[in-house]
Amino acid sequence: MDYFLELFLGGLTRGSIYALIALGYTMVYGIIELINFAHGEIYMIGAFTGLIVAGLLTMYGFPGVSILAIAVVCAVIWAAAYGYTIEKVAYKPLRGAQRLSPLISAIGMSIFLQNYVMLAQTSDFLPFPELIPHFGFMESMGSIMSSSELVIVLATISVCVALTLFIKFTKLGKAMRATAQNRKMAMLVGINVDMVISATFVIGSSLAAVGGVLIASHIGQINYYIGFIAGIKAFTAAVLGGIGSIPGAMLGALVLGLTEAFATGYVSSDYEDVFAFMLLVLILIFRPSGIMGKEKAQKV
Amino acid sequence: MSETKSMNQQGFLNLFLTAGCDSFPHALRKSFLVAVWFAFLTFPIMVIKVNTIENTVVWHWHKIGYLAVAVFFGSFIWRWLLARKELKKDENREETRIESLLTRVQSHPVLKYLALGVLAAAAAVFPQVFNLYQTNIMISCLLYIVLGLGLNIVVGLAGLLDLGFVAFYAVGAYAYALCNMHWGLNFWFMLPVGAVLGALLGILLGFPVLRLRGDYLAIVTLGFGEIIRLVLENWGEVTMGPSGISSIDRPALFGVKLGVIGSTHYMYYIMIGLVILTIFSVNRLQNSRIGRAWLALREDEIACQAMGIDKMKTKLMAFSLGATWAGMAGVVFAAKTTFINPASFTFWESAIILSIVVIGGMGSIRGVIAGAVILILVPEYLRDFAQFRMLLFGAIMVLVMVFRPQGLISAKRKVYEYKVNTAGAANE
Repeated sequence: MDYFLELFLGGLTRGSIYALIALGYTMVYGIIELINFAHGEIYMIGAFTGLIVAGLLTMYGFPGVSILAIAVVCAVIWAAAYGYTIEKVAYKPLRGAQRLSPLISAIGMSIFLQNYVMLAQTSDFLPFPELIPHFGFMESMGSIMSSSELVIVLATISVCVALTLFIKFTKLGKAMRATAQNRKMAMLVGINVDMVISATFVIGSSLAAVGGVLIASHIGQINYYIGFIAGIKAFTAAVLGGIGSIPGAMLGALVLGLTEAFATGYVSSDYEDVFAFMLLVLILIFRPSGIMGKEKAQKV
Repeated sequence: MSETKSMNQQGFLNLFLTAGCDSFPHALRKSFLVAVWFAFLTFPIMVIKVNTIENTVVWHWHKIGYLAVAVFFGSFIWRWLLARKELKKDENREETRIESLLTRVQSHPVLKYLALGVLAAAAAVFPQVFNLYQTNIMISCLLYIVLGLGLNIVVGLAGLLDLGFVAFYAVGAYAYALCNMHWGLNFWFMLPVGAVLGALLGILLGFPVLRLRGDYLAIVTLGFGEIIRLVLENWGEVTMGPSGISSIDRPALFGVKLGVIGSTHYMYYIMIGLVILTIFSVNRLQNSRIGRAWLALREDEIACQAMGIDKMKTKLMAFSLGATWAGMAGVVFAAKTTFINPASFTFWESAIILSIVVIGGMGSIRGVIAGAVILILVPEYLRDFAQFRMLLFGAIMVLVMVFRPQGLISAKRKVYEYKVNTAGAANE
């Protein structure tokens, strides 16, 4: 039973991180119908920024919890800046081009960013300091759930709630939903669509950066390649839940995280990534619109 | 004459300095801001290097200075290119100089055969003139031409973005390596077998996924490519796992085993033959009924179905015919390197093949060849910059998509020429 619970909570943690990344995919896809391939790289850049800031602060002797807070804030700022810039450089000039063009541009951007970080930093695995504190009250549950797992799950839940409220009630959130529904109509009623698209990229990138710092601190090491696999898996989660739907992305991430945890726990850990890809292929074949997505008629 | 030229030059300078802005000072301010923004953006990752174990930090302030200057001037070029693209949009797209030169040579009866003759002679004497190292590089370049032309069928002609093309390549390579190791089957037997295996796998993969729209298809093929690689890595009993398979036989000439030099030369000529075969077949395919169906499918799926084209069959044909070449190229690759392991078949390999197709020009045979020559040969001769290779690939992919989506040498559509004279004659 303990083993089951451990796997379940591990899956919950995984799912939380996937959710944080998947939200960015799904928001961008909802608005401009583009798979932002570079999104996984934003997550990686967030983790690297967090590492650099944390390293600096540790050296100057800052206390533990403030390091985590400042590292997360810096990671969010820079990841958001990268997201904003990528949209302006690689996607905006291609609006209205053929469907394949922005996608190829996105793949190019992803390759570029990976190699940029590799050349500027290193191609080796870097140890990531443990930023999340150990709580005393978690000692008794140490065998099934660690403090960092608890922090990750709680942080994800609060971020998801905040995002849902933001999308539902704020002016910008409403503008986003309007743009996702019909970009031309949104323009006609006076929504600054370019601004909304930029905001989407900024928000999505910030969420990915939060995920990046938290998971890096939990696992304890990063390298320039982590964004690729995480990005594909988060995309799987977004598709699983129905791409374009925000609650769908959260649900899909949870399902994916749990599936992976149980499959590696009970079947075989060698094929961890294969399970995720198989799940992706199967969903796309049998239910391409996802769990919570709507079936869309093809327009002529 | 000279007056118009100087005016053109002035217009060019004017456009270059103020493109997308009201005036030159405005442009200067804009570029300055962009430079500051990028300096901020790249600050933590470029400048600071921390070592969290020894608690040391290294600052590289100079890097950000170079970057800011480069971005400052780069932003002028960026705006100029964007403005030029806008201007060109209204005019009918004119051919670039390379393209018009190629067309002129091709349409000239004597020049055409002369150029082909020179090319053939150069290809024939290449291994005699250059050393073994150069020949080996040329072989891999030819290999990528075949792969690029294969992927070109799928991406360029049929418009299906396939990010897992390397899976078929891997299957061809492993098929030859395993059959050679266990049963001693030779290269010439396995070459067609590799092709058939590639085609079969193409159909097998294509069948379930072809209902999907463009970007979903891209992700599924990517996932499929990764599954194949992970299986090769983890299924140790059959594939030897990450350590790979070594001492694969090189092709033998009529049963005679050749030395290193001899077999490299032999390999080279095999590749030349394979490239010619590929160019010939792809060219014929392109102009055939199925080729025209691919183009129609790429342009508009619904209209294409309305014209009575079987979407499923056409897409499957594209998938399997593209995969055929990858399977063959895989067999050649295994025979050439005599050693393979899963590390040769990562997503990056797919990305390189895709960038060859995209940068060269989707749907254009000459473009794909040019793309392979540039992307494979240039980095080989610029060994000092080898580490920047993937960085440049990525940057070029973005730049080509933004400024020249049709690639270096764009595909030319066949235009039905309607001559008034003959039409008049037919009426009589």
